[in-house]
Amino acid sequence: MGKILKQIKYTPAKIHRGYSNKSLYINVGDLRVEEKEVTEFMKEKFVGGKGFDLWYLWHAVTPETRWDSPENEIVMSVGPLGGITQYSGTGKTLVCAISPLTGIPIDSNTGGYFGPLLKFSGWDALELQGKAEKDLIIFIDGNEGLISIEEGEEYPEDSHLLAEELTAHFAGSEEDKVHVSVVSSGSAAKHILMGMLNFSFYDPRRKTVRFKQAARGGLGTIMRDKHIKALVVKYKGIKPNLNDPADLAAINRIGVKYHKEVHDLDEKQNTMRKIGTANTILVMNKYDLLPTRNFQTGGDPEAVKISPEVFINQYLTQGIHDGCWYGCTMSCAKAADHFKLLTGPYAGLCVTVDGPEYECAAGLGANLGIFDPQAILEQNFYCDTYGIDLISYATTVAFIMECYEREQIGPEHTGGLDLRFGNAQASLELMHQMSRGEGFGLLAGLGVRRLKSIFVERFGADPKLLEDIGMENKGLEYSEYLHKESLAQQGGFALTNKGPQHDEAWLIFMDMVNNQIPSFEDKAYALYYYPMFRTWFGLCGLCKLPWNDIVPADNYKTDTPAKVPEHVQNYVDIFNAVTGKHIDKDELIRQSERVYNFQRVFNIRMGSGLRQHDRPPYRSLGPATAEEYLSRQERYDKQLRELQGLDPSRMTLDEKLAATRAYREKQFELLTDAVYERRGWTKNGVPTPEHLKEIGMDLPMLLEVVEKHL
Amino acid sequence: MITVNTRENPWREGLTVQALLDEMGFIFRHIIVRVNGEFVPEEAYAQRQIADGDDVQVMHLIAGG
Repeated sequence: MGKILKQIKYTPAKIHRGYSNKSLYINVGDLRVEEKEVTEFMKEKFVGGKGFDLWYLWHAVTPETRWDSPENEIVMSVGPLGGITQYSGTGKTLVCAISPLTGIPIDSNTGGYFGPLLKFSGWDALELQGKAEKDLIIFIDGNEGLISIEEGEEYPEDSHLLAEELTAHFAGSEEDKVHVSVVSSGSAAKHILMGMLNFSFYDPRRKTVRFKQAARGGLGTIMRDKHIKALVVKYKGIKPNLNDPADLAAINRIGVKYHKEVHDLDEKQNTMRKIGTANTILVMNKYDLLPTRNFQTGGDPEAVKISPEVFINQYLTQGIHDGCWYGCTMSCAKAADHFKLLTGPYAGLCVTVDGPEYECAAGLGANLGIFDPQAILEQNFYCDTYGIDLISYATTVAFIMECYEREQIGPEHTGGLDLRFGNAQASLELMHQMSRGEGFGLLAGLGVRRLKSIFVERFGADPKLLEDIGMENKGLEYSEYLHKESLAQQGGFALTNKGPQHDEAWLIFMDMVNNQIPSFEDKAYALYYYPMFRTWFGLCGLCKLPWNDIVPADNYKTDTPAKVPEHVQNYVDIFNAVTGKHIDKDELIRQSERVYNFQRVFNIRMGSGLRQHDRPPYRSLGPATAEEYLSRQERYDKQLRELQGLDPSRMTLDEKLAATRAYREKQFELLTDAVYERRGWTKNGVPTPEHLKEIGMDLPMLLEVVEKHL
Repeated sequence: MITVNTRENPWREGLTVQALLDEMGFIFRHIIVRVNGEFVPEEAYAQRQIADGDDVQVMHLIAGG
């Protein structure tokens, strides 16, 4: 145990209708600890979760703040519904900061117990500001009403060791380990810009600490730059009424009905309880959506080697409850137990690997051309314990591998690493270099945007090619879905606040397969409704998966099955039952719209958030290379005939590529116009004062920013 | 000819919903099938015949994390 630097006693606030009405501010530079009031204004305009995070972050930073400025804050909040135990997916913590990768606010959501335990310890939100000189551990004991800041130099860096040690230390006994949650990163996070945060929960059946991740945007990098080694919260006494809901019986009733749906229908629908989100690997492969070899194509015959059945039958322990918060019957947090590591500092050790989730199998597998489940799980483990965002890692290394194979870079640049697609050992060594802070791993950890410049300026690579194939937007790497054939999803990735992450909208089936949203107006509506609806999960502390990965048996009878109306009503009813308010499904969207537009204006304030920042790399829109075109030539030739009235038999390949590109880039611009109009923004992507007034967000601080861009 | 999700698609004698799904590569389990607006339950896919000119809707519900 490290030396105690500061200890403060506090009286945990009593929670009323989902809120403790207090937030905690800690400055790790001067060890200031302050209590703040959560105001009615904050609750009305921002609800909680990501809304509270962004509100505090706005006031903490200036337009000049950079990710490593002391005033940059990591803010986290679970939201008013967070911590209820009667419905699935109710333990999500939302984390925000100015991102090292994008320079604008990042928001990332995660399971694990930290957020709910923090709220039950009396805090709706936690702000971390300043920079310490040496590593610290911050401990919050919600039962004792104690905040303790301790030296943390002596603890290990990597999360699987650090969280086990801290959990054991602060729990004091085996039975109390479930009452402790740790937030940590890992040894790589201080060397790279894509460091992530692990949020722990103790699994008493496996007797091990497990993790979910606030992965995107470099939050772990910021935490380690602040010399915060870990946050620990302890709270004993979880029970169904801790949020002091207005109508506990209503929550119980809605929860019972939902759990029965999961029990009866999961096996017929997405099998989340068996395999979790990785159930879609072969589906994505079949529909040409599984990103393969840096998003060049949407699948590969070898994908069967990483099918869900392979993980289920050979790796994942079945029949154990796998929820990342209490009461989640969806239970999708899968784990491979007794997994023997073959490389790195922990070679020979048998560990529990959390996952693989879909993004892991798709990113660390297909997108790197690695169709080897053992290698995927080993990379999964090391990304987690080293504190590396595996999505940014996978998309960055996929880019590096393509640059290597196209001879834009060579072994003389990679320190001899033969970074070709499929070379799992090279990828793992790159990861270990990130952990050690050495070699080509240091460059790789900067992410796609910076690598494009470095490869061009220092290694003489072709700038046009790299701009086309480097899969980043706003500085954030794309998540793992090929989406060239879905114009709506091109917008779903690029016309976002934080960058191309699929948690705003996943419209590929609605658009590309169902052909449900054929017009620009249809797509614009979808790119209005779904991002707003899904933003709401992040305001309230909820997981998206229970919304539509299981749907009621009679959902097909509804007018809008894609929205899953019964579940939307569940959320409205639960919100009202917890808070005592009286919202309806339209006000739900309006709540999100306020925060969504606030975040857009925040981006503009930070020097981004305009139309130019929403433009995607061309590979997002279409075939960037001859190989890609030729791999789907029948499709692209048909499109030239049917969409443009051209005769591909009379065109050279270069002409076909150029015509396809011109058409698709134009389509994206038209989509952008339609989406901006639907969202109440100018053609430059700026929320208009009229729209801000309409949604109740004509705050002087926002108007001052947008008026400079009208 | 039939239409599948408003796009033209070849038809053949004896075409069933299941055969169509197989030919289209529609392996996603979370789908809703309607023929001329009439819901077809999953247990009827193998028997339900599709006639020339039918309008088939195969709605895939949203996937993705």
